[in-house]
Amino acid sequence: MGIDLSLLWIVIIFFGVMMYVVMDGFDLGIGMLFPFIPDRHDRDVMMNTVAPVWDGNETWLVLGGAGLLAAFPLAYSVVLSALYLPLMLMLLGLIFRGVAFEFRFKANDRERPVWDASFILGSATASIFQGVALGAYIDGIRMEGHRFAGGPLDWLAPFPLFCGVGLMVAYTVLGSTWLIMKTEGDLQQRMIRLTGALAWLLLAVIAVISLWTPLTHPEIAERWFSLPNLFWFAPVPILVVLCMLMLMRALRREPNMAPFLYALGLVFLGYSGLAISVWPNIIPPGISIWDAAGPPQSQGFALVGALFIIPFILMYTVWAYYVFRGKVRHGEGYH
Amino acid sequence: MFGLTALDLARIQFAFTISFHIVFPAITIGLAAYLAVLEGCWLRTKRPHYRDLYHFWSKIFAVNFGMGVVSGLVMAYQFGTNWSFFSEFAGSITGPLLTYEVLTAFFLEAGFLGVMLFGWNRVGPGLHFFATVMVALGTLISATWILASNSWMQTPAGFEIIDGRVVPTDWFAVIFNPSFPYRLLHMSVAAFLATALFVGASAAWHLLRGRDNQAIRKMLSMAMWMLLIVAPIQAVIGDLHGLNTLKHQPAKIAALEGHWENHGNEGLPLLLFGWPDMQREETRFAVTVPRLGSLILTHTWDGQIQGLKEFAPEDRPNSTILFWSFRVMVGLGLLMIALGAWSLLLRRGERLYRARAFLHMALWMGPAGVIAILAGWYTTEVGRQPWVVYGLQRTADAVSPHGVPELALTLGIFVIAYFFVFGVGIAYMMRLVRKGPVLEAPRPEGGPGREHTPARPLSAVDDDEVLAPNPAARTRS
Repeated sequence: MGIDLSLLWIVIIFFGVMMYVVMDGFDLGIGMLFPFIPDRHDRDVMMNTVAPVWDGNETWLVLGGAGLLAAFPLAYSVVLSALYLPLMLMLLGLIFRGVAFEFRFKANDRERPVWDASFILGSATASIFQGVALGAYIDGIRMEGHRFAGGPLDWLAPFPLFCGVGLMVAYTVLGSTWLIMKTEGDLQQRMIRLTGALAWLLLAVIAVISLWTPLTHPEIAERWFSLPNLFWFAPVPILVVLCMLMLMRALRREPNMAPFLYALGLVFLGYSGLAISVWPNIIPPGISIWDAAGPPQSQGFALVGALFIIPFILMYTVWAYYVFRGKVRHGEGYH
Repeated sequence: MFGLTALDLARIQFAFTISFHIVFPAITIGLAAYLAVLEGCWLRTKRPHYRDLYHFWSKIFAVNFGMGVVSGLVMAYQFGTNWSFFSEFAGSITGPLLTYEVLTAFFLEAGFLGVMLFGWNRVGPGLHFFATVMVALGTLISATWILASNSWMQTPAGFEIIDGRVVPTDWFAVIFNPSFPYRLLHMSVAAFLATALFVGASAAWHLLRGRDNQAIRKMLSMAMWMLLIVAPIQAVIGDLHGLNTLKHQPAKIAALEGHWENHGNEGLPLLLFGWPDMQREETRFAVTVPRLGSLILTHTWDGQIQGLKEFAPEDRPNSTILFWSFRVMVGLGLLMIALGAWSLLLRRGERLYRARAFLHMALWMGPAGVIAILAGWYTTEVGRQPWVVYGLQRTADAVSPHGVPELALTLGIFVIAYFFVFGVGIAYMMRLVRKGPVLEAPRPEGGPGREHTPARPLSAVDDDEVLAPNPAARTRS
């Protein structure tokens, strides 16, 4: 076999999950920014910036799950059962925030606060438990043979919980920079000020996780700090600092799209850093992507579809964003 | 908890979450197609009530779609969280099928949904119509893949088992497994029927309250044509599906007929009612029609089928549930055919819009399609037991190794959250239905362009605005 199907699939899943983090990241972030913006009409605007696209954003999460099941059934079954409670709570969060998009506009004045709360708490719950699941995953999953051998509360540990809070910060920065791009006037100004503070918090989170993981996992330290890896991976932290500086600079000069792009850069670099730490495992610490691979007949069949169809998906996704380009104004909505 | 095992709880959780879920995609499939037809009619005829109906139903569609998306997300992850040994065993088949569903259907729906719901004034009419058609197409493609996957679990084909895992050998045989064509047709048509009944009931509700206009009449008329033509077709598809099941899953048929054993060579009676008792191995209090069972099941006068006693007790599905879920489905199907036929009789002289007894029946039949879908799925899924993949893996061997406490906790949260969220969501849908289609005042020719059409594809507008008295709403009485 000339083609390493497992390698191609992990790249696709990496890409799918990254698309999810980036795209659902900013709309989850908007939910967590709601408490800072009490005015109802401002909240309408914030929600309307993502209303036409949030569903597509969330679909990347389903692709990640389905791709994992298709290409690495072992990883899907073990990782998902190991992370049972955080994932269930994440899904509940996504339910409450997802329906809020529709319900909030159908509710009367008396009911609307319920769906505002549902949007805020749902977004926060989904974000924190995604981070918790990520942290628990990096920390490693206890296994015996092909079975999960840990307990239901293994994820209740300092590192996963810190990752949960860290991901909330990352999503909130994506949300605030997205709103800088999509709004104007007073709301935009407030987002610029918030981003200034939140971005430093995000940098701190990235720094802490970058230190915490190698300190507690020798194999991750080995990955990053042995030669020649050190030279190969040195650009990652350097680019993080550079992105941060550019973001701060952009905030000072009538920003529009730039802060969002730099925030995307930061999140992408953080995400890549974690991928470098975990590679080539799909169930850390010991099961590699090749150990967990499904039969080549399954990987190959699904791969044909993925390679052929994903470009089309990207095309019409870009088109949908293009249709709803530009600033969203008060009372305008799309209705 | 209440003497339930972890397996029981996992099954209850799956049954609960999927029962809620299936209702939304079924209505989504039907409404998406209905909206595509309405928009097509609007573009072709330019009669305004088509456009008004489009905007009316697209609001309801949006709420329904949102609930389908979030409840569906739970399903995509539950295979791994709750049924990890099933995923490990058969993920090589169900995984690629689910991946194709995501790639060809979910993205298509999601990508064009924004334009469909929010883009009326942002893109040209042709492009908007295209977006609606893509969403409708996406819902049908989605049904195709997920039913291929489910049908494979019912009648597996095109695989071999290597090292305790399923390995696909022939994808064509996997997808077009023996029960797939029947299940796909049966479910797609069921979705159309359920939607037609919902639309028809909405119209009947308004007409019964004296609210009568061109749009409401059109709604009722279109729904009843659908019912008249499609309900009998569904009966034929159901019959063919039943014959297919008899061939591949005879225990399911025996259980849903409450048939325990054959007596000599005599033809089978049809049990109209009764109470199959799994312990006593008989159907008690049976009300029978001689020979009708043979006629329906084998299309001959004295054909026989295997009785439940021919299967080992641990391989028998629960006949008590199947017997009744099947009868609920068939009974409602017969009522649908009757309602369709009645509507035809009332077409002369437009009595359709005035006959109160008929309108009452149409109103009460509103949820019948959804109930029939649920009953049908209980029949086919409970009938697959005790297997998760028929004949290959037992449900008891598929479940994740979770303890009772965490399953009880999540089940409790799901029950509370679902009843609250989806209860309110359905209430909002009904609130929109009660408002009825808003007729827009005709615009003078050459007036303001499309940009200024006060279109409201999504009623993300304030309630007060829609509730305001609209003089155009009663243009016809």
